[in-house]
Amino acid sequence: MSPETVIPTFYVFILAAFLGYQVISRVPPLLHTPLMSATNAISGISLVGSLVTAGAHQTTVSAILGFIAVVCSTTNVVGGFVITDRMLKMFKRKAAPAPKKNAD
Amino acid sequence: MKTYFIEFSYLLASILFILGLRGMSHPETARRGMHLAEFGMVTAVMGTLLQREIISYEWIIAGLLLGSTIGLAMGVWVPMTAMPQRTALSHAFGALAASLVGVSEYYLHGAKLGEFRIGALGFEVLLGSLTTTGSLVAFAKLQGLVPGTPLIYKGQNIFNLSLLAVTIICFVLLFFHPGIAALFYAMLALAFVFGILLVLPIGAADMPVVIALLNSYAGLASAATGFAISNNVLIIAGTLDGGSGFILSIVMCKAMNRSITNVLFGAFGSVSETAVVTRAGEMREANIEDVATQLAYARQVVLVPGYGMATAQAQHALRELANALEERGVSVKYAIHPVAGRMPGHMNVLLAEANVPYTQLYELDHINPEFPTTDVAVVVGANDVVNPDARDNAKSPIAGMPILEVDKAKLVIVLKRGRGKGFSGLENPLFSKPNCEMLYGDAKDSITRLAQAIHGA
Repeated sequence: MSPETVIPTFYVFILAAFLGYQVISRVPPLLHTPLMSATNAISGISLVGSLVTAGAHQTTVSAILGFIAVVCSTTNVVGGFVITDRMLKMFKRKAAPAPKKNAD
Repeated sequence: MKTYFIEFSYLLASILFILGLRGMSHPETARRGMHLAEFGMVTAVMGTLLQREIISYEWIIAGLLLGSTIGLAMGVWVPMTAMPQRTALSHAFGALAASLVGVSEYYLHGAKLGEFRIGALGFEVLLGSLTTTGSLVAFAKLQGLVPGTPLIYKGQNIFNLSLLAVTIICFVLLFFHPGIAALFYAMLALAFVFGILLVLPIGAADMPVVIALLNSYAGLASAATGFAISNNVLIIAGTLDGGSGFILSIVMCKAMNRSITNVLFGAFGSVSETAVVTRAGEMREANIEDVATQLAYARQVVLVPGYGMATAQAQHALRELANALEERGVSVKYAIHPVAGRMPGHMNVLLAEANVPYTQLYELDHINPEFPTTDVAVVVGANDVVNPDARDNAKSPIAGMPILEVDKAKLVIVLKRGRGKGFSGLENPLFSKPNCEMLYGDAKDSITRLAQAIHGA
């Protein structure tokens, strides 16, 4: 790879790091667990790399490695987003009226 | 034309990921943000499937179906109390995926990759592999498959650091001699072993830091994959994940007044230091009826949850107790220490699950000034985060750690499973203070009985 193609990727990396710092610092501690599962789901974007490895089918070994990678990343993407949404749904400003209020 | 379309789908995905994470700055906007990120993910996957390199779809479809099934099953059925384990496991999956893509790239192209790609690939495989096994050990500890206590032996740090050094030497040699495949596979194997040894000596109470740190590594491994296959959306998403994990681990370390190095390599010595603490007085045991009366006639009650609340699954019972108190006009607040529990934000999620509105959850700085005017502070399975030694005793192993100052409340009730010391093995002088009373037994059971007694009061 020539320097002309390498350097721009470093620009992307550094700018993403700065932007990430700004965005993540604003997340309140209240949401730190959903944040972790959300970033985890998002970094499941490595699925993009896994898909190419699995689909290019150059050798059986690479296809199998790619297949396992696709399974792992998809698990993270789907599981991560589902769990994040499940958690975020629970955070409410006001208490919902308790469903079973005839105990006494 | 097709290339433009694919690249545009990646650009769109990057924008949506960033907007999605920005939504996380407030609970009201967080869900909408995540829907944007989900849409971004679908866009990127669609774009990728159009790529020229992909010639067959059977492995892809099988992988997507199997992964979605496992992911969906985990997403729907994992209980909120198991969130730390689930998170550790997902770090292992993410890191393994990155690592395998790297192995496959090297297997296919070897020395033809060129210096830059070999360098990126090395980082990817190194970080990916050590995060995979490290996260699996963290998972096993959190799930209780292996004891949560630190596993320590003599010369451990020296051995681990030498192993890391050898691994890095393999990496450096590989960079200059990319054709020697043995170096690559040696690095891979050593990184797997190092991951295990890195996490084994770390105790369960330090898990919030470790999980955040492994999160950071998993993200950086993804970013390195982006460098290796020249894909910007991977670099951006991986960096956001890596950065987020890094910020969280710093937040956790600050909340324990420790450095990351100390958490990773500090398992030494902590055992011997604890023995010197002397007991100031006797602990007093309370009974349910007296505590219920004191709670019922209080003006303000602060509830302080810890990991014990999670193990006892006591969050719903605690909510019932709070309801009972609020019906009587008592003001109830929850005090959340950043490292309470086993991962960042653990307590908040459990209380949210139990329908506690997040406006009642208070952070350290906001609740500490309120303790002097609090009538009763109820500590549910928390120990170190309320240990006044951190503030008063400069010799304590946790000296300087910011604590919830429950000892300033008029009365402190500590719910504790047994009479022994907590997870960290530290003596807690709070328990023998004159304004503190102990309530032993299962937290859920005690809280339920308290709530019943208050209803009757």
